[in-house]
Amino acid sequence: MSRGGLDPKTAPTFPMAAKAMLGDAQLRKNVRHATDVIQGKRARVVGEMPDWQELREAGKQIRRHTMEYLDFYLEEFEANCTRAGGVVHWARDAEEARRIVVELVKASGSDEVIKIKSMTTEEIQLNPALEAAGIHPYETDLAELIIQLGEDRPSHIVVPALHKNRQEIREIFQREMNLPELGDRPQDLADAARMFLREKFLRVKTAVSGANFLIAETGGVCVVESEGNGRMCLTLPETLITIAGIDKVLPRFQDLEVMLQLLPRSATGERMNPYNSIWTGVDAASADDGLRDGPGVFHVVLMDNARTEILADEEGRQTLNCIRCGACQNACPVYRQTGGHAYGSVYAGPIGAILTPQLQEMHHAQSLPYASSLCGACYEVCPVKINIPEVLIHLRNKVVKQNTAGVAGLFDVEAGAMKAMAMIFRSERRFRATQRLGRMAERPLVRKDERGQGWIGWLPGLLGGWTQARDLEEMPKETFRDWWERRGRDGN
Amino acid sequence: MRVLERLGHTVEFPRGQTCCGQMHYNTGYQAEAMPLLERFVAQFRGAEAVVVPSSSCVAMMRDHYPKMAVAIGRAELIAEVDALLPRVFEFSEFLTKRLGLEDVGAYYPHRVTYHASCHGLRNLLLGDGPMRLLKAVRGIDLVELQGLEQCCGFGGTFAVKNADVSSAMLAEKTTAVLNTKAEACTACDNSCLMHIQGALHRQRTGVKTVHLAEILAGEDGVGR
Amino acid sequence: METDMVTNSRAEVLRRVRAATGGTSDGAAAWIGWNGIAREYRRKGTRERKKVLALLEDRLRDYDGRVVRVTSEGVGQSVAEILAERGVRRMVVPVGLPVGWLPVSWMPPSAGGVEFVVDEGLSSHELDGVDGVMTGATLAIAETGTFVLQSVAGQGRRATTLVPDYHLCVVKAEDVVETVPEAMERLQEMAGLATTFVSGPSATADIEMTRIKGVHGPRFLDVILIV
Repeated sequence: MSRGGLDPKTAPTFPMAAKAMLGDAQLRKNVRHATDVIQGKRARVVGEMPDWQELREAGKQIRRHTMEYLDFYLEEFEANCTRAGGVVHWARDAEEARRIVVELVKASGSDEVIKIKSMTTEEIQLNPALEAAGIHPYETDLAELIIQLGEDRPSHIVVPALHKNRQEIREIFQREMNLPELGDRPQDLADAARMFLREKFLRVKTAVSGANFLIAETGGVCVVESEGNGRMCLTLPETLITIAGIDKVLPRFQDLEVMLQLLPRSATGERMNPYNSIWTGVDAASADDGLRDGPGVFHVVLMDNARTEILADEEGRQTLNCIRCGACQNACPVYRQTGGHAYGSVYAGPIGAILTPQLQEMHHAQSLPYASSLCGACYEVCPVKINIPEVLIHLRNKVVKQNTAGVAGLFDVEAGAMKAMAMIFRSERRFRATQRLGRMAERPLVRKDERGQGWIGWLPGLLGGWTQARDLEEMPKETFRDWWERRGRDGN
Repeated sequence: MRVLERLGHTVEFPRGQTCCGQMHYNTGYQAEAMPLLERFVAQFRGAEAVVVPSSSCVAMMRDHYPKMAVAIGRAELIAEVDALLPRVFEFSEFLTKRLGLEDVGAYYPHRVTYHASCHGLRNLLLGDGPMRLLKAVRGIDLVELQGLEQCCGFGGTFAVKNADVSSAMLAEKTTAVLNTKAEACTACDNSCLMHIQGALHRQRTGVKTVHLAEILAGEDGVGR
Repeated sequence: METDMVTNSRAEVLRRVRAATGGTSDGAAAWIGWNGIAREYRRKGTRERKKVLALLEDRLRDYDGRVVRVTSEGVGQSVAEILAERGVRRMVVPVGLPVGWLPVSWMPPSAGGVEFVVDEGLSSHELDGVDGVMTGATLAIAETGTFVLQSVAGQGRRATTLVPDYHLCVVKAEDVVETVPEAMERLQEMAGLATTFVSGPSATADIEMTRIKGVHGPRFLDVILIV
């Protein structure tokens, strides 16, 4: 049961993918409903907090500080986790991370794993690698289960199946769980998932998880979830393998007092999500007396996978502050139109538009930094104050630099137009001449409407997108500049 | 112009002015935007206050000019930008925050709805300033726009590069505008208005867009 | 060779981090920097005691938990009533649960009473066979409707409060704090213990954002608040 991953290397450009999504009325309806509901819940519980802005500021400062001293905190985490009986591994890239996890699962003696929802494992496309090695992964988060059984792809960081409605989910469960009589009430569907997975929780001896936070001070790991599937995976198996980006570290236990307030309210609009698990290494009690709490073997894989590239870019670095709450996706008017798949990456929406190209070292996904109207709604809701519009602009600059470098750049139509316009704006004489020229050039395109006002309904080339759904009013016969000067002359 | 003059201010229009450079900067052509910053400073350095009728231009200056000046690296330019920016105001902001006004003596007997442009709302934090100005206009029938803080989908080159998504966002905005049964939709940003106008005209709705300044410039001929 | 590879990856990742941040970090500088983080959010609650407890109750109920207030003498009686109402027959309890919390004169299981099984190493399958679990809690957070469990006497292993479908948790009023920072401060000393924050029964909103009570964790939750 393999499914096509979201791979930025092969995904179509955003405008192309978005066009297809815009044609799917059901998907757009589902996305709109889900994002409306989460936004409403978030607004209510954020509104309860008189110190929300102070929490956001602290969140930002904690994350920025962590990045500044990342090597120190990573080593501290490693030392403390190791002391508590955990085994720490380091992976330079996705390939190495996959290899380490596959080997660890094999070493655990299991050919199946239960998995907690983890965007990091989606990022590195772990499931196909496990399957290729003869290991069956069971996704246990309800949404991820829907995605896995439906051979679909996640479209949201927190609610990966938000693009599916209950009827679509019922069809998948009826078919894959062999439950022809299954109803379509959400409760029926959740009960079916409980039945389907309980047997796996009790049987499978190896689990793979992501992490919300790694705590340097204690060597502990924190996972935030709702359904209890996370706790099952963290608690019942004999071997637990946690994979986390190196950006997930927090300096101290106390820092959770900020993150555990920011994350649930931003992510699901809850004051606190039902379950937060914090564990440190392995329980020292012996397995023999049966009183050991949790797995006896615990591995952590610390993965770079281009995060250090982002760290090295002063303006892009704040991208790493992200705590994966998805609030920016719910607030984004672009995401709300297209859903997540159009972004061609597990990280969709505004955060995806800045994270994905950087994880690709700007070699792929170059259309993503432009998948935003820069309206700023994402920045407004970000719990750690990542200035996403600022990073988008920064990445656009990088894209332009790449595209205009060398000989090919000389033939870049957009760059040529931009440079010409910049030239015009640098001189009043050229500016006025261009206004006159513009009036002449547009003349063949202008059609008079019933009021005698001239409008352009079709534009050529790069500008054609405008006239798909909009007209453009013709340039005025008398510019403001002319009017101002005439007014000065006439003494009016 | 008329509003400011009516309020007793002397208005000058430096002819050398062109563009703040936002389109270049936001599209990734930052090098091309740099000379436009210098041009802006040269044109406006003598002004007591610079009033800009477009919120996104002001946002561009406030959010990016300081670091652009630093990037250019000339100490006197950095100092000039620092000195000039506090004197740059978006039009409605100038009236409400700098002059402390709400009623500017305008008369505009039409049904109007207001769209909160993103940069005005989130970067300049204009809040309800424009609405307070509108509420004080005599004769106006002001109706609230559903989702007034939602982006209209313009976003500069976004409207061209991602025309399909932009059109979908715009369709929601125009539907909301039409639902108000307003004769005109206003805002503090000409680019949003041009965008919304484009669709309202294409759909032959008869609803027009007017800049806030045009409404505030309205007079009933009685004189005051 | 495998070891070389592992060592190299570690060194390489750390080298990249240091190249990106401008050198090896100094622990003392990190300490100073961390202490300089602006924490202007509320650290201590401001409500009076009575209101804090009322807030906890309100927030627990808001997330589908049931709350009963009793005095310390009344716990056993209250437990008997709640369990009878829930209709549970077999309850698992952790080692170290205060005996005084158990019903004083409960009927033997053979006569239809509730059987209490002490967890002395039950397997996951065995836990799946009991109706519920009863534990204490380290503390509770009023503002979020949360109680915090740790691997200690009276609270037990994490699996025991997870696999059974019903959880009865006993919280002492003196262990109720108002805010999250107050809770973290109390937990700091034993930060290395396996710790679980529980806020309501397990839930999901993955289907059309409809909140559904109970997926994999306990679907039913009662809280006894000892005042």
